[in-house]
Amino acid sequence: MALLEVNDLRTYFRTDDGVVKAVDGVNFTVEKGKTLGIVGESGCGKSVTCLTMMGLNNKRNTTSTGEALFKGENLLTMKQSRLREIRGDDIAMIFQDPMTSLNPVHSIGKQLIEAVLLHRDVSKKQARLRALELLQAVGIPRAESRIDDYPHQFSGGMRQRVMIAMALINEPDLLIADEPTTALDVTTQAQILDLMKKLQQDFHTAIVIITHDLGVVAETADEVVVMYAGRVAERGPVDEIFARPHHPYTWGLLGSLPRLDADVERLVQIQGQPPSLLNPPKGCRFHPRCPYVMNVCKTKEPQLEPVPGSTLHVQACHLDPETKDREAAKLAAGVLAEAM
Amino acid sequence: MWRYLIRRLLWAMMLFLAVTVVTYVIFFIIPANPAALVAGKSATLEDIQRAEHFLGTDRPVYIQYLKFLDRLVLDQSLGTSFATRQDVNDIVGRAAPVTASLVLGGAVFWMLLALPVGIMSALRPRSLLDRAAMVFVLIGISAHPVWLGLIFIYTFSYKLGLTPISGYCDMINPSTECGGPAQWAHHLILPWATFMILFAAQYVRMIRANVMETLNEDYVRTARAKGAPESRVLRSHVLRNALLVVVTMLGMDIGLALGGAIFTEAVYGLPGLGQVALESIYAYDLPITQGVVVFGTLSIIVFNLFVDLFYAMIDPRIRLS
Repeated sequence: MALLEVNDLRTYFRTDDGVVKAVDGVNFTVEKGKTLGIVGESGCGKSVTCLTMMGLNNKRNTTSTGEALFKGENLLTMKQSRLREIRGDDIAMIFQDPMTSLNPVHSIGKQLIEAVLLHRDVSKKQARLRALELLQAVGIPRAESRIDDYPHQFSGGMRQRVMIAMALINEPDLLIADEPTTALDVTTQAQILDLMKKLQQDFHTAIVIITHDLGVVAETADEVVVMYAGRVAERGPVDEIFARPHHPYTWGLLGSLPRLDADVERLVQIQGQPPSLLNPPKGCRFHPRCPYVMNVCKTKEPQLEPVPGSTLHVQACHLDPETKDREAAKLAAGVLAEAM
Repeated sequence: MWRYLIRRLLWAMMLFLAVTVVTYVIFFIIPANPAALVAGKSATLEDIQRAEHFLGTDRPVYIQYLKFLDRLVLDQSLGTSFATRQDVNDIVGRAAPVTASLVLGGAVFWMLLALPVGIMSALRPRSLLDRAAMVFVLIGISAHPVWLGLIFIYTFSYKLGLTPISGYCDMINPSTECGGPAQWAHHLILPWATFMILFAAQYVRMIRANVMETLNEDYVRTARAKGAPESRVLRSHVLRNALLVVVTMLGMDIGLALGGAIFTEAVYGLPGLGQVALESIYAYDLPITQGVVVFGTLSIIVFNLFVDLFYAMIDPRIRLS
């Protein structure tokens, strides 16, 4: 059984302007100890997917349907009290902005200890020792003297380390990292990613990493979900997605990366803006921005179908496989920019 | 810490001098002669001059001001009343506890009302309670203390006979008529309620806004993601941050109100600082007016300092250096 199995997850927000379908039918699985990367532009529903699983959306205006089976239990329909037991214990989460994710009026030690005491029946002293252990594990120098410091006394990178320590303190089976490196500078990003990879091995934690940075995905993920406008565009093992991408949106994402190995004249730019999720385009949601658009794309919504010759790699696009292979090869050679 | 305190005290002294100078200047711009009042209706010009000399009002304004400072600093005395020759320290000393009872008791009442209502409306925006609270806020902010006072007195004292119509009872030293904590509270219940409605309105609105803003903070989401129950999230993560601003405002409001809650004291006949100030202004009795001003200024300074120190204690981001 997979650790996490998400089936047809849908999250709708009721707003004054109408219903925003932020997530509209998402499927993926996460195996024990593995890493899943979710990529996509801002507003494509990647964060909302994870917040929905954790039950952290504003309940007043949100409806969620589908399933998020964690060890067989549906996170979306379970009792609040059970979900609270799971949160921070079996599933932990770290967020994008470490500057605002820690409470400014409590010392980091107190916040770490709180995480332990919420789930473990131990004394404060033991919890403090555990907090120290984790601070050392995430590489906070002089942890003994810094445990009683307040968040504002740490740099952004150090705060993200504290967040990671807090997330891993109860040895969760699953860590959800919502753009954990976006707010950090590049050298710090690399350190944080290395740290997460190292701790993943030490703690045998599965990771769902949300990012818009394909570099992060290439470095960390075993499997990739490419999301577009609340739906999965393409999903598969990381090697296949990078070597043989089968969705024009993935081509756009990959083509927009600067390359060291090929002499690329121009980077690919995906034209236009992500669609409004109040009134998503009919048919394929990517069709208004897709250079390969056909008539069928405007009326019929493509379903996820396996890529020929692969079992794990699925994609949702009406183009014929031959064209896709040809274009993917062009992309690999670095000459797709002219086509897009 | 000490540097901060010294700097604050120097500022406080500047503020104190400025406020008292302005009081003096305003007093001497008023076209009235306190000596003529003191000397009586049938006084001759000579009598008035003798009275002026006796009161010291024949000297230049700056000499009078310096004498006032000299008395205050060396003898800790606010002087004696022009009209009654009473010691101003005594007058202020008698009136201050009345105002303090009104203001501090009132503050307890308005916070007891504003905290739960503000927090509940923030947690359930657009609910029935929230909308009812907003109507209350509108009434509270629009109402005048005298109008409220008259309605309260008419209803609760005159019609229902539940409370005294006016007056004050000392809590500690029973006079011939009344005294003791029970009588004290009985006389103050309507003034407190008036204060409560006036201030709670502003505080409900402020608490609601602050709590709602804090509920959207990232660290509140972090706390929930840790698995903290909602009550703990609210207590330990939301309120601790949301109420920082409320503490500041409370300190400033109490400091300000201690200088004299003129309307409330007037309508309930409480012999507090507001009443004393009002009467002294009618009687051109400068030492008493100045005494109340000195007390009011000091209370504002002290409460602001208190707020700053308290703030540094509860908010680790603020260091007093």
